Amino acid sequence: MKTFYRRLPKFEYLRPGSMEEALALISGKEGSVKLLAGGTDLIPQVKKREVPVPAFVLDMKSIPGLGNITHHHNGLSIGALATIQAVGADPVINERFAPLSQAALQMASPQVRNRGTIAGNICNAVPSADSAPALLALGAEVKLESRRGARRVPLDQFFTGPRTTVIKEDELLTEIIVPAQEPGSRGVYLKLSPRHSMDLAVVGVAVMGTMENGICKEVKIALGAVAPTPIRAPMAEALLRGNRPTPELIDEAARNALTQCNPIDDHRASREYRCDMVYAMTRRALTRIFGGTR
Amino acid sequence: MNLHCRVNEKEYDLEIKPHMTLLDLLREELGLTGAKEGCGEGECGACTVIMDGKAVNACIVLAAEAEGKEILTIEGLAREGTLHPIQEAFVEIGGLQCGFCTPGMVLSTKVLLDDNPNPTEEEIKKGLEGNFCRCTGYTKIIESVKVAADKVRG
Repeated sequence: MKTFYRRLPKFEYLRPGSMEEALALISGKEGSVKLLAGGTDLIPQVKKREVPVPAFVLDMKSIPGLGNITHHHNGLSIGALATIQAVGADPVINERFAPLSQAALQMASPQVRNRGTIAGNICNAVPSADSAPALLALGAEVKLESRRGARRVPLDQFFTGPRTTVIKEDELLTEIIVPAQEPGSRGVYLKLSPRHSMDLAVVGVAVMGTMENGICKEVKIALGAVAPTPIRAPMAEALLRGNRPTPELIDEAARNALTQCNPIDDHRASREYRCDMVYAMTRRALTRIFGGTR
Repeated sequence: MNLHCRVNEKEYDLEIKPHMTLLDLLREELGLTGAKEGCGEGECGACTVIMDGKAVNACIVLAAEAEGKEILTIEGLAREGTLHPIQEAFVEIGGLQCGFCTPGMVLSTKVLLDDNPNPTEEEIKKGLEGNFCRCTGYTKIIESVKVAADKVRG
């Protein structure tokens, strides 16, 4: 039984007013700084001592411009401080990037969505993170900034394992960039969890697809909670791309998606059940997008 | 460190510790014990307060993050000894048993109704999804919110 401390341990609180100041502060203190955006993951983790007690907590909320959700050329930029609620409630995201708003509104609770950020959900890098499959299916990238410069990393190269990412100690994730989607594309995020709220996905499936003259022109399938990191299912996508998405082909693609999973056995669900559900949920999501008959 | 914020329409200039949560500040420094510490990790909603018009879990917000914010706790809801209509509705319907979750329930109801004065049952459930009640089974809480909505709309 893990000890749960009711009180937070001592740390220093830093609140830089600019990006330069923030990057300077973290570059000098590798390993002893934790970044605070919404805090909905960090504060419980520190209380539970799941992370080493940080000497410094750096609150990003006074860095200007990081809270913005910007639409340009049909693409999208989500600042590091944009809350889950703001993303979930954005009408343009709901219309053009449906899996993301569906995922956002299925996360946690109003209280957590009001504080927590999509960027934080990605940085925390839990395999079951709801926003991850949605963003993978949308082909998102992240922007990482440090004093050494900025770099962009495609999200499918961002996660390295459970709760680990490619972010270096002196880097800060400032932005999630979602490219313009194919005209006429449709998307969905389906979350399977025993409870409707305040629950993690047992399996999460996001699909973004485009039909043209009855043929699947483009499709992206992403899965959460079925491998050490959120993943794409490229072989299943390849089966569909350029073909007519009949119920039989959708079924085959959903079975194929299963071959790319390596789910865990835990108290939420057995490995076997998760595997069955990857098939069922992927088939359901694909059917919803490509209008099969099932 | 110093903190300046407004709580229940009163200005405060406080000396705080950086590792103090907003809930610690409200309960232990300001004596506002209406917000309860249930789980301490943002799961149960017993510590819900309204910060700048939004419901938040005070147990996972640092006191330092309340700089310049406007906070409403359950103590700030009644006016001159008269209960707020939402509180009246909970009393009339009996939307509580032990009462531990009630301050959070009432404040979540307030932001829900501020945003959506005539919610459906589904919308009520969604609005209260971050507030656990371990006594009632929720039926009378949902009923209370419906009555509260009628009262607030007049």
